Amino acid sequence: MSGLFLAILGAALATFMAGIGSSIGVGKAGVAAAGVLAEEPSLFSKVLILMLLPATQGIYGLLVAFLTLQAVGVIGDPVGEITVAKGALYLAASLPIAFSGLISAIHQGKCSVAGINTVSKKPDQMGKALIIPAMVETYAILALLISILAINGIKVLAI
Amino acid sequence: MNIKQEEYIYAVARIRCKEGKLFGSKHIEQMISMSDIDSIKRFVSENGWSASTEDDMFSAEQKELWTLMSELVDDLSCFDFLRVDKDFHNLKASVKGVYAEQPPHSMFVYGGLIDPEIIYKAVRDKDYELLPEYLREAAALSHSSLLQTADGQLCDLILDKACLDTVYSMGNKSSDKVVREYCELFVASANIKIAVRGLKLSRSYDFILKSMAECERLNIRMLALSATKSQDDICTYLLSTDYKTAVPFIKESLSAFEKWCDNYLMEKMKEYKSDPFSLAPLVAYIFAKETEIKAVRLILTAKANRLDDSVIRERIREMYV
Repeated sequence: MSGLFLAILGAALATFMAGIGSSIGVGKAGVAAAGVLAEEPSLFSKVLILMLLPATQGIYGLLVAFLTLQAVGVIGDPVGEITVAKGALYLAASLPIAFSGLISAIHQGKCSVAGINTVSKKPDQMGKALIIPAMVETYAILALLISILAINGIKVLAI
Repeated sequence: MNIKQEEYIYAVARIRCKEGKLFGSKHIEQMISMSDIDSIKRFVSENGWSASTEDDMFSAEQKELWTLMSELVDDLSCFDFLRVDKDFHNLKASVKGVYAEQPPHSMFVYGGLIDPEIIYKAVRDKDYELLPEYLREAAALSHSSLLQTADGQLCDLILDKACLDTVYSMGNKSSDKVVREYCELFVASANIKIAVRGLKLSRSYDFILKSMAECERLNIRMLALSATKSQDDICTYLLSTDYKTAVPFIKESLSAFEKWCDNYLMEKMKEYKSDPFSLAPLVAYIFAKETEIKAVRLILTAKANRLDDSVIRERIREMYV
């Protein structure tokens, strides 16, 4: 097993796990948004924001995958041979956003559904309804931070 | 997440929009303070109610409610427990109407599971096969008992008991927590009402016990026994149950207690309504809409009979919004 394969596996995990989480979260929120729009089309812009909140994890996963691919030379400048140890480290670095992205997006989707329900009944409570699902985002951002710091750290390791 | 939960997400979101349009306590207070019926009708019409005549107004609201529910869920049978009591009411009206040889159509309520005309036809022709299974035995028994004994109260007892048993068994069969809770409360509050009324009318232990239906959180034998003694005994027993909050209202008056029963159900429904992935908000909405319809009907009837506003306030139930 080559180091490059392990690194690309990490990039793939970051992309599809966070992407799966986002698609589930946005899907749930989308169903709720459709319900609201059936009764109150004027709330479109408000429910759209809440619906899109769980989409960010997929973007974070994509960002980590992009940085990994760049670090191993698949895109951008060539970087020479990737050892198995280094490839395994890139794989490990992608795991925080892969798992945190998957789980936080699903739960953020549920919070967004609840937020959409709040806005549908009390449109003036948009700010509060937005803050609640946004709290879940914190943990996806923390995972993204760790993944980025790890990838940047691994790049300069002489192994 | 299963398909059913996904379906509820959409349904609950639509219901949340509708909830905001229900009449709240302020609307009700405004209607009570209005002096004439026309102003009230205009007010409800301006606030989203359709139809012009009184009867049309209520049946249109009921129809609209169930049309909405049929759009939200694939199978309306999940709400049978909320509608079945109307069938028993229509059966009672039909049995008594046939006995008295008077058409019962003005007594019918709509929104049940079966067309009241079919119930009337089944009772009139004694063709009970036309009725669904849960009505069949009660219909035959109540009709024959009324014909043989001419005892209207016995007829009521048979039908009310059958209604309670049916609702309770529907609750037991359901896997939804809110359905089970509603059915338990429905039967328990009816049992307490039977005990309080039984005491006032000096009914025997057997009569009271036969009128009651089994439920989980009340020992109906103890409740029936206390109802043969005194109001204090009923209250003492209830203080040892989950329904201790009913005690001050029982001591106040029968109408205060009946109001407590409806308000207690409404409070319990509110506890469940916050889960957007379940049937509960839909059940709570139906209950709330029916409470709204009853409130408007009560206000219009009271105004037509020139009752004092304080009497209306005493009888108006807590609103959902």
